[in-house]
Amino acid sequence: MADLHIKIAGVDFRNPVIAASGTFGFGHEFSEFYPLSELGGICCKGITLEKRPGNPPPRIAETPSGMLNSVGLQNPGVDHFIREDLPWLKRQGTVVIANIAGNTPEDYCRTAEKLSDTSVDMIELNISCPNVKQGGVQFGTTCKGAETVTSAVRKVCRKPLMVKLSPNASDIAEIAAAAESAGADALSLINTLTGMRIDIHSRRPVLHNNTGGLSGPAVFPVAVRMVWQVSRRVKIPVVGMGGVSSWQDAAELMLAGASAVQVGTVLFSDPYAPLKIVNGLNRYLDENRIADVSELTGKVKPW
Amino acid sequence: MKKYDVRNCTILKKTEAAEGIFDITVEAGALAGAARAGQFAQIYVPGKTLRRPLSICEIGRADRTLRFVFQVRGEGTAVLARLRKGETLNILAPLGNGFQPGDTSRRALFIGGGIGVPPLLEAAKPFGPNAVLAAGFRSRSAVILEDDFNAAGCRVRIATDDGSLGHRGLVTDLANDLAFDVIFACGPKPMLRAVSLLAEKRGVPCQVSLEERMACGIGACLGCAVRLRGESGEHYGHVCKDGPVFDSRNVVWEA
Repeated sequence: MADLHIKIAGVDFRNPVIAASGTFGFGHEFSEFYPLSELGGICCKGITLEKRPGNPPPRIAETPSGMLNSVGLQNPGVDHFIREDLPWLKRQGTVVIANIAGNTPEDYCRTAEKLSDTSVDMIELNISCPNVKQGGVQFGTTCKGAETVTSAVRKVCRKPLMVKLSPNASDIAEIAAAAESAGADALSLINTLTGMRIDIHSRRPVLHNNTGGLSGPAVFPVAVRMVWQVSRRVKIPVVGMGGVSSWQDAAELMLAGASAVQVGTVLFSDPYAPLKIVNGLNRYLDENRIADVSELTGKVKPW
Repeated sequence: MKKYDVRNCTILKKTEAAEGIFDITVEAGALAGAARAGQFAQIYVPGKTLRRPLSICEIGRADRTLRFVFQVRGEGTAVLARLRKGETLNILAPLGNGFQPGDTSRRALFIGGGIGVPPLLEAAKPFGPNAVLAAGFRSRSAVILEDDFNAAGCRVRIATDDGSLGHRGLVTDLANDLAFDVIFACGPKPMLRAVSLLAEKRGVPCQVSLEERMACGIGACLGCAVRLRGESGEHYGHVCKDGPVFDSRNVVWEA
């Protein structure tokens, strides 16, 4: 039995499989299937300073080997999360990562400050929110934006800080480097790729928000490439995600440079997928006489 | 027993109920035991990213079966329609809140439009002769489940768009000369909005079963939003967890 335990930014995970933000709520619904302690960790649904209503429906569209979503950060706000959801989550015996989003650096800072006084294990900074100040420039798509918000939050955040990167950038490795130099303890990538579908009969976009985020197996090769490029560029740990659906995908992303993986869209077709991935990784390690899962990280042999 | 779970279910029976409409009964074990009228299931389709939500048409308590009557609408449901007796369906169920039948000695009006009729059957059964089904279809050839409602002791009235069977016109017309204390409805949004107005005019409670594009089916992803009216104003609820059945007064009917 291989050692599946990993450590990221000083936080211990019992295995490298983490539920991805936005697909797992605050865990309640999935605890009906299995004890959440079987997971490496949970990235909570994105939380903002004030509650948000989210976007009008339709918010979901299936696409070839994937899906688009435009939920629009519907959430009850950080105070509600701390009061109503966090106490239960902390009792489940898994790592709790709070994913936070905002319109302005001040929003992010105040949310991170509030969470710094709680039992949350880690904060994941979601810097690919499409509705931001500064004339619509996304924090996650420019080095300046990534640096500004990461360094601002770093000053007030007393938890390990993981910055979640957007793939909608011309050079994600540059943005990764900017987040690292601004004080990130870890990086997670990739968030969804912006996409769009149109109903040719009604001539309406399928999503009410017109555009949405593409996820699922369709984006996996992009995730592998970006994890590879980013992990070669930075020294801090990288958590990989983007269409991971099987233990083979998880192993591949780790070989590309990830220290752990997040699993999201596959949960919609198979809620048990994270446990299958953990078991599959374990078998793969044993069969290949690898004692420790972290030995996979970055071990791709590029041509 | 868990509230819901995933299970491989063997198809015991499959027929084509009308053109493009399929009727499947599966052996569902504990899932059938936990199910209530008006709940739904998420059916896995090999090769697809999302499961397909199908409402439960009938629950076989004794033989632990679930019955689904669904229409082929796209690639996913087309795959399901090609499955044969003896093959398995991977089912996540039972999901959602279901209908609240309440006092079954009340006179209940069940209104269904097309493929909105199946979810009403299990809820109508305990009402027996106290239930009237008003069902609307495109034409005579699209009529489904008439015999099942009759067998449950319910009275059945039918409307068709082309007048090939029953009343020619809207299903809601059928309610004009009926007396009832409660309404249960499922069908296209415009029909449900009209039913909601009818309930308001008659001063009776009305439960509507809604549909929306859905991903997780359990309330985690917040994909299947529906605009609701609550004590603290309007907000987005979710069809999969807060519904699929809602009090019609709480639904904000958007154009």
